[in-house]
Amino acid sequence: MKLKQSIERIMNAVFFICGMVSIAAVALITIYMVWAGLPAIVKIGPVDFLLGTVWKSTAAEPQFGILPFILTSVWGMLGALIIGVPVGVLTAVFLAKLAPPKLAALVRPAVELLAGIPSVVYGLIGMIVLVPTVMKTFDLKSGSCLLSAILVLAIMVLPNIISVSETALRAVPPEYEEASLGLGATWIETVFKVSVPAARSGIAAGIVLGAGRAVGEAMAVMMVAGNVANMPGLFKSVRFLTTAVASEMSYAADGSLQKQALFSIGLVLFVFIMLINWLLNTFLKRGEKQ
Amino acid sequence: MSHSAKRKAKATVLKVLVYGSAFLTVAVLVALLGYIFVRGIPNITWQLLSTKPSVIKDTIGILPNLLNTLYIILLTLIIALPLGVGAAVYLTEYATSKTFIKVVEFTTETLAGIPSIIYGLVGMLVFVQMLGFGSSLLSGSLTLVIMILPTIIRTTQESLKTVPAGYREGALGLGATRWYMIRTIVLPSSISGIITGCILAVGRIVGESAALLFTAGSATIIASNIFEAYTRGGGTLSVALYMYAAERGEFEVAFAIAAILLILVFLINMATRLVQVKMKQKK
Amino acid sequence: MSENAILQAKDLHLYYGETEALKGIDIAIPEKKITALIGPSGCGKSTFLKTLNRMNDLVPNVRITGEALFHGKNILDKDVDVTDLRRRIGMVFQKPNPFPMSIYDNVAYGPRLHGNHSKKELDELVEKSLRGAAIWDEVKDRLKKSALGLSGGQQQRLCIARALAVQPDVLLMDEPTSALDPGSTLRIEDLMDELKKDYTVVIVTHNMQQAARISDQTAFFLLGSLIEYGPTKELFANPKNPKTEEYITGRFG
Repeated sequence: MKLKQSIERIMNAVFFICGMVSIAAVALITIYMVWAGLPAIVKIGPVDFLLGTVWKSTAAEPQFGILPFILTSVWGMLGALIIGVPVGVLTAVFLAKLAPPKLAALVRPAVELLAGIPSVVYGLIGMIVLVPTVMKTFDLKSGSCLLSAILVLAIMVLPNIISVSETALRAVPPEYEEASLGLGATWIETVFKVSVPAARSGIAAGIVLGAGRAVGEAMAVMMVAGNVANMPGLFKSVRFLTTAVASEMSYAADGSLQKQALFSIGLVLFVFIMLINWLLNTFLKRGEKQ
Repeated sequence: MSHSAKRKAKATVLKVLVYGSAFLTVAVLVALLGYIFVRGIPNITWQLLSTKPSVIKDTIGILPNLLNTLYIILLTLIIALPLGVGAAVYLTEYATSKTFIKVVEFTTETLAGIPSIIYGLVGMLVFVQMLGFGSSLLSGSLTLVIMILPTIIRTTQESLKTVPAGYREGALGLGATRWYMIRTIVLPSSISGIITGCILAVGRIVGESAALLFTAGSATIIASNIFEAYTRGGGTLSVALYMYAAERGEFEVAFAIAAILLILVFLINMATRLVQVKMKQKK
Repeated sequence: MSENAILQAKDLHLYYGETEALKGIDIAIPEKKITALIGPSGCGKSTFLKTLNRMNDLVPNVRITGEALFHGKNILDKDVDVTDLRRRIGMVFQKPNPFPMSIYDNVAYGPRLHGNHSKKELDELVEKSLRGAAIWDEVKDRLKKSALGLSGGQQQRLCIARALAVQPDVLLMDEPTSALDPGSTLRIEDLMDELKKDYTVVIVTHNMQQAARISDQTAFFLLGSLIEYGPTKELFANPKNPKTEEYITGRFG
């Protein structure tokens, strides 16, 4: 009897520890990002660091301004959403409300497949197909630019937007739609005037999720954006927050201000992502309340 | 234009947009798959799959990358599976404090939203440098453990929630301890959800590159045994794709790897579907 | 009365958070008899039943005061081994809840859990329990088949067999026939009559006719209080409390 109870107590503790791992991991990540990211921000000065427009980390008199990266990440995200949101939401409407079941059964796996494709594969296709196409179409010296990155990101955020929006659209109570149909509205009018507005929190959550993916993506962007620390322009070679970290990390010397500054960029990215997470939670909670 | 004509025109435009978007989504996928398979599959040769790169013979082989991918999947799952399932069990079967459950669920969602490059950075700081594991498959696996934890926790939790409360009452009513009940009734009933979580996790591991680049590196050495492998650095297939495409311009190899990755993604999606169908049949 | 009482509650109060769900229950339940707990929904009869084998422990924020004695020992004491208590006081639930395993494994679950792994003993115990629950003849050729393939009534009798297999003293039944058709209900009522030779049965039921048909003692609960308790025949023929009379004549509930 005693043995049984001690086993029970031990297992309770074991499972409790497992439950704590998530909390510990988030705490660990937060602490390390702050601990590794703050020193350079303090040394360089937060204003010079965040608002400086010149990044010359290896120059004789190095400059560490990351405004180009911040703006590039913001523009890249917005660009990806401008293309990805309409296509994604409309595809979700198609899957949830308009597609004949057989057609939906073909499209849905396609969306799942898109979600599963590794980012390096998107990057490869971007490099080989998209970049030359952009170069030719706009008569540029090089097609590795913000526009190419935006196009790749737009495809990458699609599955997030589609699947979350579709779930939200499916959760709309049929009574709403019946009421609208009963008033003489056609099905397509009902979908756009009743279902889509009713699912707006969920759709917003899908968009925010997509935004998170766009801001956080590193490898695919690295392969198509050209990777020069310019202030953003649609046809300029640019560097994102993510790629700024990735591209210099492998050769920056340990303990150097350059390496510390890279961690600071990581911290800025982390703060961005946390804001997006917070926004996502707000939308998801609002969706649940409805 | 009359009001009803306007209405009709508007409806038509909307329909065209909706169908057009869905078509575009599928078209992008088909074009992507087609292009990669056409350029990749002819380059998948036995020599590519079965050798390591040789400078002397000037050949490229991806055997080390295949092995590294396998090793990383193995170790990551061995660690993450018990942790993730355990966390899910705690949340659904043991935890009584609503606040605690909320905090864990919130942190799990947060982990799911953190981009892989951040995992790479933290993994480098903690496992590679602080704990001194160096750039190795071990460091890479440990980093990925944290990354895939949310996937396993979430899918397990969902399937635990579908186990009828009557099963639990029945077992406890016979005098089972909680752990005995979990071991004999709850976990066996939710095994398909746990398997789904594993498959999804494998998908993420296979596709991951940014988190591994700084923790496991990109080396292409074949270790003499599996234990030695974990102490050494090595690139997985995705990392290798990046290296061959972006750093070395070996596009034939890159496309071959891309085709292999797509086939894996394909198999993984089919496997999850199969498990889900099986699960429905049982009910 | 209290000399042959196997279960006895003394001034038992139960609170869900701030709400008092049981307001001082005093009752003595006799051995090897059927005791029925009746009353309208939410009157506390199920809550009381679940207190008797501590299934209420599973509900968060439950607080209990007073005593619940089993063979004279207070089962609410902290040092009581709940798993052992539940072995001796078994429970059958409202909805049949066989485990998703074979019929044999369902019945053997309890004995195995309490440490019996001998194939020979288990075989005997399974047969004895299934016979005891009057389902042996229907399932003896399909013991290795999943229990989920049985009909609702068969599932409930299997659950009774499962409870019997751990050789309890008391069987608590929480509206065991409310999810079943009339035919299955009748079979289970017949079974209960057999069971009282060897077991003490406490049954919660919604159905007054059922209480009148099968029980020896009846307890009427209302709004968390025990209003009236006595031999079934007396209680139904001659209710002392006007509220009991109102309820059994169907004027509310």
